[in-house]
Amino acid sequence: MGTGTGIGRVRGLGSAKHGAHHWLAQRYTAVGNLLLVLWLVFSLISLPGLDYESVVSWIHNPLVAVPLMLMVVSIFMHLRLGMQVMLEDYVHDKGLAFFSMLVLNFYAFGGAAAGVFAIAKIAFIGIVKP
Amino acid sequence: MARSTSRPLSPHLTIWKWGPAMAVSIMHRVTGNGLATAGALGLIWWLMAAATGPEAYATFVACATSPIGYLVMIGLSWFFFQHLFSGLRHFVLDMGAGYELKNNKMWSIATFILSLLTTGFVWLYIFGKAL
Repeated sequence: MGTGTGIGRVRGLGSAKHGAHHWLAQRYTAVGNLLLVLWLVFSLISLPGLDYESVVSWIHNPLVAVPLMLMVVSIFMHLRLGMQVMLEDYVHDKGLAFFSMLVLNFYAFGGAAAGVFAIAKIAFIGIVKP
Repeated sequence: MARSTSRPLSPHLTIWKWGPAMAVSIMHRVTGNGLATAGALGLIWWLMAAATGPEAYATFVACATSPIGYLVMIGLSWFFFQHLFSGLRHFVLDMGAGYELKNNKMWSIATFILSLLTTGFVWLYIFGKAL
């Protein structure tokens, strides 16, 4: 590691060139959420009904299922980044901070997987007869 | 750590004068975390119910259209629009614009007005269509 000069010790360490990654990813997913959630809101209020058959046959369409999956992924990435900042600000105990970050990651990845699975099931199977 | 009592403490929440910029910043965090928890769980519940079948979906609809369900949905939609407009404000601030005191105050207040108006219009449309 390094030649003992200041720059040699710093090079390749820390957040060099990646410092803005979290901040940028928060903005990229914010743009994704802005477009996709507004699309969901407008779609839901213009659907003929929000009963089981209307909703499932709407999601069954690939042109709906794919953006809906993207929306779920974008939402959970964005909330993972956002809640991380909140936890970093308010959870001061080191052990609890580590544990809360673990739970947050489980929640974010688990939630995204559950959402994508549900949409995929509807897209492939469609209406389930009772 | 020992503190010299002859020196003042830095200003904190109790002695700050509340202002729109401060309120919109706090609300951005409150609405974001509200949406991240209640909003995201509600979304997954809705999708999972639709994927499971008519009975699970009927249970979701019964909860969502109860008085508390409407309260939660109206609250979440307001949280969404508030977070959306203060998020757009953040994009402007990120570009280095909108820091003049007067403009900053005006746009802070505007996010609250716009979010309340949009939420109102959306629910008026929904309830108007249901009648």
